[in-house]
Amino acid sequence: MNAETRPTVRLVRSSVGALAAMKGVFARDMKVAFRQRQDLLNPLLFFIMVVTLFPLGVSPEVSFLQEAGAGILWVAALLSVLLSLDHLFRHDFDDGTLEQLVLQPQPLFLLILAKTMAHWMLTGLPLVLLTPILGVMVHLDGNSIAVLCLTLLIGTPVLSFIGAIGAALTLGLRSAGVLLSLLIIPLYIPVLIFGTGTVAAAAEGAPVGAYLALMGAFLVLAATLAPFAAAAALRISLSNG
Amino acid sequence: MAFDSFSAFIAMDGHGPYVWACYGVFFVAMVALMAGSVRSRNAIIASCRRGYETQADKSRVASPTPSATFTRVNIPQD
Amino acid sequence: MWRIFHKLGSPKWFFGIAARFMPWLLAGGLLLLMAGIIWGLAFAPEDYLQGNSYRIIFIHVPSAFMAQSVYIMMACAAVVTLVWRMKLADVFVKAVAPVGLVLTFLALFTGAVWGKPTWGTWWIWDARLTSMLILLFLYGGVIALDRAINDEKSAARAVAVLVLVGVVNIPIIKYSVEWWNTLHQPATFKLTEKPSMPAEMWVPLLLSVLGLYLIFGWLACVRMQAEILVRERRTRWVKTFVTTGKV
Repeated sequence: MNAETRPTVRLVRSSVGALAAMKGVFARDMKVAFRQRQDLLNPLLFFIMVVTLFPLGVSPEVSFLQEAGAGILWVAALLSVLLSLDHLFRHDFDDGTLEQLVLQPQPLFLLILAKTMAHWMLTGLPLVLLTPILGVMVHLDGNSIAVLCLTLLIGTPVLSFIGAIGAALTLGLRSAGVLLSLLIIPLYIPVLIFGTGTVAAAAEGAPVGAYLALMGAFLVLAATLAPFAAAAALRISLSNG
Repeated sequence: MAFDSFSAFIAMDGHGPYVWACYGVFFVAMVALMAGSVRSRNAIIASCRRGYETQADKSRVASPTPSATFTRVNIPQD
Repeated sequence: MWRIFHKLGSPKWFFGIAARFMPWLLAGGLLLLMAGIIWGLAFAPEDYLQGNSYRIIFIHVPSAFMAQSVYIMMACAAVVTLVWRMKLADVFVKAVAPVGLVLTFLALFTGAVWGKPTWGTWWIWDARLTSMLILLFLYGGVIALDRAINDEKSAARAVAVLVLVGVVNIPIIKYSVEWWNTLHQPATFKLTEKPSMPAEMWVPLLLSVLGLYLIFGWLACVRMQAEILVRERRTRWVKTFVTTGKV
């Protein structure tokens, strides 16, 4: 890629507050992503294709799809987030921006928090927006689709946060993609269980407030702890050199 | 003794295959793990020893003779 | 206090101590494990519900118990690696992870084989089985990450971060899997929760757990010695050990 498409991070002076630095990192990541639209589209296409495989591979029957639909959409969303994680730090690592980021006077975990939020805006949020269409295609009813969108809205940022740790740990390694999946999938299991469980409870007519609150707790936990772990992992990977 | 005879012990009221399969796999895995660990440690010791010996050989051979010799070669200039 | 701490961090000191304790660990471990197993197999009374298939418990429970405690030990060592950069701690994590993987596999395998006569199927998506399977994945991830990083120091610290992230997740995974299990299937058999286990059953079980614990200690010593030798092969004490057999 040429230099024009990648705005360099403006080196923030130490006088600039952490919040401003976070804003800068966030805005920069958005700008970079919108200059390379294919990277934005790929996870979405992947999401749609994986969902398409299930009616073709298992059964197109309405009853099966209604029962398994939420699970299929969740697994597909999880996989496409996993696929997109490789981009989270890779380009910045390759062109040295990441080292600049580590050298900033602002705490690294805040900058990673901003980066991860940008990553979610670019992958998780589009997935959520696409879910109603795919939900209709797998014959989910309106209520289930609404709950599914809500769980994905709370759940995909958790996936991004946990994934940031894995992406930071595997940065610069050979076959980082496969390794990343190996490390991260076990940690994704609770999110998946509660995401699909909430939709199943909603389909049975049970109140889902408690489940959503629990997923919210996951999100808070991940958002507070994961950036620290990812920052530590990033420093290790960069010193690996 | 919970069993009347040795054959009853082996049969375990029809549960024999399950019980013995478990114990068999357990012992094979544990013995393999233990033997493998000891063997790899010993292999490392052996390779260290070989390394030291070749090092010692090299220094013995290398010290009395000069490390390289030069001979003048006359190249005709014309 | 600090002198002990520094000594503990010294690979040479550990190497010598390990060499002194290892025969005892091995002998004690084998003795206890054999005693527990023979007692359990041949002398313990039959279970009135499950018949003789319950005798698998005498290896299943020790493996499962050790599989979980090894991960906890690794997490403690990971904290030590990250906070104090003690060399021995990351030697421990690296040496012990494959042992944990094998123990987890054994717990799963014996559980599956036990399930066949008890539940009539090799595998059910029971909460315990599923969380053990996830533990197996966690061990696999730790080993894979360690193998993937060439630089020894970065590998140690990256693995430590991963182990700690895993240990924070273990309670969440356990809880969510249990919740999921009750959601999907109403209570099945509980394996080990009998109203009361007679002493003839739990004493041999305790013996085999202790035996496997000691054998694990021995295994950890052997594997740590190997790792230490690789790392310190250029030092003088390794040279004297290799040539004279003395530390």
